[in-house]
Amino acid sequence: MEFLRPVTWADALAAKAGQPDALPIQGGTDVMVEINFDVHRPPALLDLNPVRELAEVETLPDGTLRVGAGVPYVRLINELGDRLPGLAQASRTVGSPQIRNRGTVGGNLGAASPAGDSHPPLLASDAVIEAESSARGTRLIPAVDFYKGVKRNALEPDELIRAIRIAPASGPQYFSKIGTRNAMVIAVCSFAIALHPDERRVGTGVGSAAPTPRRATAAEEFLSAELDWDARGPLSVSVAQRFGELVKEAAAPIDDVRGTADYRKHALSVMARRTLTWAWNDHRATREEAS
Amino acid sequence: MRPENRTSSTAPRNQAPIKSPGHVAAHVGPEGRGRVGDSPLRPDGTLKVAGEFAYSSDLWIDGMLWGATLRSPHPRALIRSLDIAPALAVPGVVAVLTHEDVPGVKFFGHDGTLDQPVLAIDQVRHQGEPIALVAADHPETARRAMEKIAIEFEVLEPVTDARAVIADPERHKVQPLGGITRHQPVRVGDVDAARAQAEVVVSGDFEVGMQDQAFLGPESGLAMPSEDGGIDLYVSTQWMHNDLEQIAPCLGLPEERIHMTLAGVGGAFGGREDLSMQIHAGMLALHTGKPVKMSYNRYESFFGHVHRHPASMHYEYGATADGKILYAEVEIVLDGGAYTSSTLNVTGNAASLGVGPYEIPNIRIDAYGVYTNNPPCGAMRGFGAVQACFAYESMMDRLAAATGLSPVEVRRRNAVSQGSKLATGQVIESPAPLADMLTRLEAMPLPPAADTSDIRNLPGGASQTTHGEGVVRGIGYGVGIKNICFSEGFDDLSTARVRLEVIGGEATVLVHTAAAEVGQGLVTLQAQIARSELGVRKVTIAPADTTVGDAGSTSASRQSYMSGGAVQKACHAVRDELLAMAERKFGSTYGQLYLDDGYVVSRWNGIVGPIEKVLGEDVIEATREFHHRPTQKMDPETGQGNSHTQLALCVHRAVVDVDTELGLVKVVEMAAVQDVGKILNRLSLEGQIHGGSAQGLGLAVMEEIVVAGGLVRNPSFTDYLIPTILDMPPMRLDILEHPDPDAPYGLRGAGEPPTLSSTPAIVAAVRDATGKALTRVPVRPEHIVA
Repeated sequence: MEFLRPVTWADALAAKAGQPDALPIQGGTDVMVEINFDVHRPPALLDLNPVRELAEVETLPDGTLRVGAGVPYVRLINELGDRLPGLAQASRTVGSPQIRNRGTVGGNLGAASPAGDSHPPLLASDAVIEAESSARGTRLIPAVDFYKGVKRNALEPDELIRAIRIAPASGPQYFSKIGTRNAMVIAVCSFAIALHPDERRVGTGVGSAAPTPRRATAAEEFLSAELDWDARGPLSVSVAQRFGELVKEAAAPIDDVRGTADYRKHALSVMARRTLTWAWNDHRATREEAS
Repeated sequence: MRPENRTSSTAPRNQAPIKSPGHVAAHVGPEGRGRVGDSPLRPDGTLKVAGEFAYSSDLWIDGMLWGATLRSPHPRALIRSLDIAPALAVPGVVAVLTHEDVPGVKFFGHDGTLDQPVLAIDQVRHQGEPIALVAADHPETARRAMEKIAIEFEVLEPVTDARAVIADPERHKVQPLGGITRHQPVRVGDVDAARAQAEVVVSGDFEVGMQDQAFLGPESGLAMPSEDGGIDLYVSTQWMHNDLEQIAPCLGLPEERIHMTLAGVGGAFGGREDLSMQIHAGMLALHTGKPVKMSYNRYESFFGHVHRHPASMHYEYGATADGKILYAEVEIVLDGGAYTSSTLNVTGNAASLGVGPYEIPNIRIDAYGVYTNNPPCGAMRGFGAVQACFAYESMMDRLAAATGLSPVEVRRRNAVSQGSKLATGQVIESPAPLADMLTRLEAMPLPPAADTSDIRNLPGGASQTTHGEGVVRGIGYGVGIKNICFSEGFDDLSTARVRLEVIGGEATVLVHTAAAEVGQGLVTLQAQIARSELGVRKVTIAPADTTVGDAGSTSASRQSYMSGGAVQKACHAVRDELLAMAERKFGSTYGQLYLDDGYVVSRWNGIVGPIEKVLGEDVIEATREFHHRPTQKMDPETGQGNSHTQLALCVHRAVVDVDTELGLVKVVEMAAVQDVGKILNRLSLEGQIHGGSAQGLGLAVMEEIVVAGGLVRNPSFTDYLIPTILDMPPMRLDILEHPDPDAPYGLRGAGEPPTLSSTPAIVAAVRDATGKALTRVPVRPEHIVA
């Protein structure tokens, strides 16, 4: 197995172009497990750790955050938790402290497992994945178009993930995940919600309940229309209930060793209802503080 | 205990293989401190926490080969052809072996049941059964070459339903022995007559899933050809001498030419009672003339050892209106998988302890162990008593509900005490204060309501599934009884050699046993015993190996009792010789002598002198065997007999918060009362109770090897979940010391009992919170929300 270790981003892109079947590795929390279990024998590993640009976070002129693909979960939690609360909450549920020190959202996107914890908040926040190749330069892929199948994503063979572009939260965000253990567990299913009060819009993300992470579009549309954005009145029980039902309907889970399809659907409806309630209550509280 | 194994006056003859961290002196605990009853720190603790402890998987010697094992992908298949040529052709491969290359007997097994092929012969009977071995100069080469072995299978329909086997054992025979491995009835009184008297009848069907020992150190070791044509084996195991008895015939070597040394053991819990890579590495080393290392990866480890028997159980109890049990009718079916392993004795335990520590005048138990094509099952902490305990404690709660009594009161009314008879007719001769233990447990303060400001205190924990919505608290109780030491007529003796001499002007004791330290703390305890008995500060524990006599197995909660007893006995022999020597050297005028804190003292004339003065250049060495009192086989028809050496009780109270809408559980607190006879090392003991409780928690709410059609669906720690620190709550412990007059220091084995009672206590608490029947463990979220 070849081991490529470029030091600059340009070299990394050149290396990927030169050997498109090289598997990028950052934290190694996924890639190394698969290698150790002999699931994959990639012809080459492309170690992106020395590429310093990937560890950077910057704010673009329009206020969007550009989070390098190599920023580990622990930094998302500690440095970006105030601006990206949904992603930070999801990051907090990833593995153990050691895993969170090493693992990255870039790696989560590269693996594109339907159970990846960062996907639902990326979907709910309309994140955009910045991919790049030496031949064609930068390509911006909305998260909703990024996931193509079980462990398949929209990247071309010569592309690498440079960063995630994501706007700071404009309203409350929550992430919730079912696991049969209280920490360090792969999602049985997961859900993210983001309120965008300025746009009177709701974003969602459903994880581990379909071949790819997906948005619950009908649920978003229903809720965006039903919520009392101006008066910020209390959430009606029937709206929350209906929202949960629509999220459940958006899922297409399977029975597997981690849980049954029926349970996943049920749990999604409960998580959708609860996270909406928390988010809406936060939203109302903000108004109260402001007044 | 690797560090202790590697350097001492009786280090293995060949120290070359050990090239890894952890070369530390074998002094146990801070010098001069730590007698029986103290809590000296374990010598391996810091190393393990710092990641420096050398496990068997760290063994290394230059020029060694790596072994790999080709395993069956099918639960049941005939091997039509097998071609090793493509594997042999791979550069770097030195040997490829099949059953034809087994030098001696081609089968091994426990209890004289030699039914497990060293390598599969013409057919495979479970997924993961070893078929062929490869040795190569690199582990990856071995692994890739192994995949080139060409096998044609004729896949057969696997037998996977244990109850179907009982219904028609002849039809569902998966191997020459059966069928049914053991059917053990227990018959007491007249159940049918009692049924007519009963005012309350409760019944239930219960299931226990297949739990794994989930030790962290995979099966691994090193085999080296020795100068005498034999083999030096460095392995992690629970019982070297029993390994030896099985390995020697298969390798075609006399036992004395196989030299076993215990390597660093990364946990055991019963999973190392069966052989894994021992014979295989020995075959490769003999064949190639080179040292061979084998180390399973995590995936392979799930197929490399036996698991806890899954159980399917039917119980019916009849009682008086005031909750006194009149009869019990019980059927327990244990799925032992393809080979016998420990199923005979696990079934015996399930039968003899099938109704727990309760006085029941009329009993009809039928316990079955059966063969199937599911993964082989054998020893795991609790050994047959765990499965029955979940059922009989669930029954006690049903009886409580039916009679309107509290769960504690119904248990107290039926509790055994000293002098009670067990289901086997065996009278409990030492203290068994169960009713008092329950009263103490009930009186312990309850934990406060959860602080919901931190999601980690709530069900779902860090995953944030609730901020308090849907959360209901529940409380449950569990009681368990476990036999200590081997039962049913087995004389599981332990041997200890103790040597006393003056080194560097200081009296020094060397303790040498073959007892396996698997993390439980026996090395520490052996030194405590030597210090207590001989009053010497400096104690060294020699590496455990087979140059000293059998120490029996590190299982059945028996090593403190048995090897502890042997060390004590050998120390007494050394002491007696020392006092005799004092008399010889200084004349008999001193009169009656005794040892006190490192001094030989005369009852009449005071101090004779320090041990150093008495010994001078002399060396005293004594080797002693320790036996527990004899036991009897259970009667094959009635199950009657004094089958157990010692019995130990533990009781648990569990407090849980359940998210009733999502089915997620947070165990808030566990409280336990356990009678240990005598506390030898409180720190170690509390660790055992915490650990056993955690393992029981795992069985209650998450741990299961999921098997479908004979295939394991979750052979990884990604999907076989064991409790994290966020799942395991703080514990309140009340440890009682009612001495057992038959046991050394009055001690009672302590490692297993907490594994029994924690599981039913937690499930009872979840039932209390949810109102669900929950008849199967582990309880899954979908069971709660169903």
